[in-house]
Amino acid sequence: MIKKGILLLILVGFFAVISSLIINFTGNEALNPMAKHYAENGPSEVGAANLVTAVVVTYRGLDTLGEITILFIAAAIIGFFLKAHNADADRPSRLRKTSEILETASTLLVPTIFMLGAYIFINGHLTPGGGFQGGAVMASGVMMIILARPTSKFNHKLLSVLESVSGVAFVILGVLGVVLASGFLNNSFLPLGELGSILSAGAIPIIYVSIGIKVGSELTGILDSLKEHQNEI
Amino acid sequence: MSILLAIFLGLVILVLAGTAIYHKNTKVAIIAAGAVGLFASVLYILLAAPDVALTEASIGSGLSTIIFFYVLNKIRQTND
Repeated sequence: MIKKGILLLILVGFFAVISSLIINFTGNEALNPMAKHYAENGPSEVGAANLVTAVVVTYRGLDTLGEITILFIAAAIIGFFLKAHNADADRPSRLRKTSEILETASTLLVPTIFMLGAYIFINGHLTPGGGFQGGAVMASGVMMIILARPTSKFNHKLLSVLESVSGVAFVILGVLGVVLASGFLNNSFLPLGELGSILSAGAIPIIYVSIGIKVGSELTGILDSLKEHQNEI
Repeated sequence: MSILLAIFLGLVILVLAGTAIYHKNTKVAIIAAGAVGLFASVLYILLAAPDVALTEASIGSGLSTIIFFYVLNKIRQTND
């Protein structure tokens, strides 16, 4: 009873604190100064037709680097804990046979999904999407391969090389921004080009390709280590 | 019209989320959680955020569902 009373008191207290926010809420009539700066100067400073990309990769590029690092740590931890006891790998698998429809459809769909993923991250500075989304789409293509052909093996060495090279490339591009332009992850050390063409926005397309490859190989690694751990006890 | 559609999608998401929490069968709950991501991505497109919608569709309804199934399978094996 006392416990419930205290809980109720805490909830009422929360409401009392938050209610002033709710009562005094007025919607923004105009963009706040920072958003205004992004919206007005983004096209000329960054040269990306997709303003979200301009913010995510250049103005807030450090946050993206942090996100990529978090994903890398998550993938590394999953790999570490699931690879701990990989003793009887050649035990006969207890997997059910996949349906012929799924197998046939995967041969048609997997290349298309990979192409869509590559399209999303190469066109990240022009159309919605970007490295993270493209990499995730590619990983869902890998997921389809795993569903259709559960016995297929992936080349771990290739995955880790891809992941490391693209991660290092991302950081090197950021440092090049410090050396050749005005700050970390500044994209204007390459020509900005014409707004809306595929070779524009300076280094953003290269950064996004490396992010896409990194995210795709990381998520593939997570899926693969979970898959390989299914047959063990 | 689009606000009615948004409200409808929100209600569908709520129902699916409730299913994901309270359904007794874990498989149904996982699929409901995946469907939440799918409907949420449609809602994001409606609210003019295609970048977020792409992420939600591929991560929320694709990869996380399959990872949940892998983990469920693993837990069952350990409990046997």
